[in-house]
Amino acid sequence: MDASYLLISTLNGLSVGLLLFMLASGLTLIFSMMGVLNFAHASFYMVGAYVAYSITQAIGFWWGLLLAPPIVGLMGAAFERFALRKVHKFGHVPELLITFGLSYIILELVQLVWGRQALDFRPPESLQGPLFTIVQLPAGMQLAWGSPPLMCREVAEAICTTFPAFRAFGMGVAVAMLIGVWLLLTRTRIGLVIQAALTHPEAVESLGHNVPRVFMGVFGGGTALAALAGVIGGALRVTEPSMALAVGAVVFAVIVIGGMGSLAGAFVASVGLGIIESFAVGSDRSIADALRFLGMTVNEQTFGYAVWSVKTSQIAAILPYLLLVLILIFRPKGLFGTREG
Amino acid sequence: MALQFKRRLFGATVAATALLSSGLVFAQAGQTVKIAFMDPLSGPFAVVGQNQLKSWQFMAEHFNKKNAAGVKFEVVGFDNKASPQESLNTLKAAIDQGIRYVVQGNGSGAAAAISDAVTKHNERNPGQEVVFLNYAAVDPALTNERCSFWHFRLDADTTMKMEALTSYMKDQPNIKSVYLINQNYAHGQQVARFFKEGIQRKRPDVKIAGEDLHPLGQVKDFAPFIAKIKASGADTVVTGNWGPDMTLLIKAANDAGLKAGWYLYYGGVSGTPTALANWQGGPVRQVSIIHNGLKSIQDIQNDYKKRFNDDWYTGQTYNGLALLAGAMAQAKSTNAVAVAKAMSGIKVQGFNGEIEMRRLDHQLQQPVIISEWRKATPQVSYSVENTGFNFQEVRTLPPFVASTPTSCQMKRPS
Repeated sequence: MDASYLLISTLNGLSVGLLLFMLASGLTLIFSMMGVLNFAHASFYMVGAYVAYSITQAIGFWWGLLLAPPIVGLMGAAFERFALRKVHKFGHVPELLITFGLSYIILELVQLVWGRQALDFRPPESLQGPLFTIVQLPAGMQLAWGSPPLMCREVAEAICTTFPAFRAFGMGVAVAMLIGVWLLLTRTRIGLVIQAALTHPEAVESLGHNVPRVFMGVFGGGTALAALAGVIGGALRVTEPSMALAVGAVVFAVIVIGGMGSLAGAFVASVGLGIIESFAVGSDRSIADALRFLGMTVNEQTFGYAVWSVKTSQIAAILPYLLLVLILIFRPKGLFGTREG
Repeated sequence: MALQFKRRLFGATVAATALLSSGLVFAQAGQTVKIAFMDPLSGPFAVVGQNQLKSWQFMAEHFNKKNAAGVKFEVVGFDNKASPQESLNTLKAAIDQGIRYVVQGNGSGAAAAISDAVTKHNERNPGQEVVFLNYAAVDPALTNERCSFWHFRLDADTTMKMEALTSYMKDQPNIKSVYLINQNYAHGQQVARFFKEGIQRKRPDVKIAGEDLHPLGQVKDFAPFIAKIKASGADTVVTGNWGPDMTLLIKAANDAGLKAGWYLYYGGVSGTPTALANWQGGPVRQVSIIHNGLKSIQDIQNDYKKRFNDDWYTGQTYNGLALLAGAMAQAKSTNAVAVAKAMSGIKVQGFNGEIEMRRLDHQLQQPVIISEWRKATPQVSYSVENTGFNFQEVRTLPPFVASTPTSCQMKRPS
């Protein structure tokens, strides 16, 4: 395992983790404010990608990036105002069910409007090339901006790995969003009201603030963040009807591991999961190897060899859920959570 | 000459009888043969299924103008969501609608489920038999230990493709270290297994630098896998991936600047050519039964593009209908049992020379082709997905070379 592999895997993991965080932050924000576990959150992520695709086709990617989040945010706010608020008085289970139903409705609507096939949603021309190249030489590692330098073609021992510019851009957007949300919540009056409404809604209401409107704003804001993630995720991966399903489950794992309602927890959990997955895929070690390391003999005749010999790379995809189960058993409130259970 | 009277077919039957009385044409002529197509029409693999449904319907139109049996083909689409479980439901729906011919290809798991279900159905419901044409599922088990009289495979199976591929790679001295990345289900596992077996026999000096099996249709970001391939130092990647799993893999490889050469099964399948268009790495070669330079398919692929602005890459749709028409002409009937019996061992003209449905295991015997992804030339001018590139032949292995033995012992109807 050389240095360039470590670097590129860390970067890949970070980029996946930051994308996850963009999604998880909105979900955890909505949960901490309103106690609603929004099952349709990943669906808003998908709608964000589709809306951005349509805007991109019409007037360009940058407008898509700029306009899709507020458009989807408005949809989210409208859903809160006209549907979620109506069932609020019946308790949490109906709220959960209505978002669950919404996720199916959104999926069908998206398929009706945009079709069942994957769309050709690409990053803008200016972000399509590599941002930098990691050159691994026997002597050591170098970095070069832009496309691979000449040395990659001329020196036989040079191993060059490029890092796509759009991946870096997505990471930048996520970090900017993290800082933005954090500043908003801790440094502004709006943030103060939101935080107060979180713990003492009656007191905030008696001070003359419209708490239901704050809730609507938070729900809309949360879905707008999901849509922003969708714009990045849709262009970076694939824009297709199954994209919500692909991230939906993992995002719940993230907020449970991080601790329900904790923004810091969501950040640590999503970046952590991204990096763990990136390295797990790269590892061919198995439990059998670990047992051998401990001095035990493990071979085809050993009981349960098929299980012991499964490589880490093969179970990379289920690691988040494995962690989810472990966290629920040993620390039900999550890494940074404050609520019990 | 027993005609099965069905109200639906009444008009056609009357027409056939009228023709019969003129003493010129056989009983089956003029009948409509319904074919149930079951493959993913939604979900991650929808783009592939949609293209292939159009390809079957397009070929049906082509053969309806003229075919050996004088029948009319009609292809009806069913969405099996790429799932073996769902395939059983769509199969039941098709049988309930009175359809007796089933075509499916995407996913060896679904193919195995359909093959088993069709065999059981035919045992239990004599007189309502169903014939299954598997046009793309290449797991060798389907024509070996799990073979069935009612299952006919139109593509070359993995043992044949790997025999061809390793015979070609044997003569490429710059291949020293190979990385295997495949989807984790029957097909991907068989690709890995038969590649290793073949290359060990022909080029024992080639090193297997690494091997990966990833979940089918679940990975949206292949960057970590590419980083691993890169770290392994492999100069060549072999993969049986298809659909988005292939497209995203190539995309990630290009993004990371992977220089290795590629040997693929499905480089021409919807979406992948676009990702290959700005490929910067080593040669990309494909093992399949078709290439874009074949004289006989020029009109078909051009007409298809004109009509759908899409590519016709599933040559099996041609061979499948040629086989059915041939068998129906020979059986002088569209009855599934008679047609299956006639098709077992039949020889007809395919799009690439004579093809034979081997009687032993119902594996179609046909040439296997190695082609390379190159810029279009005046000789081979077709532009795949409007990229300006296409797959050009580098070697064709005749049927007798590509053929592999079988362990199939099928139960034939008496």
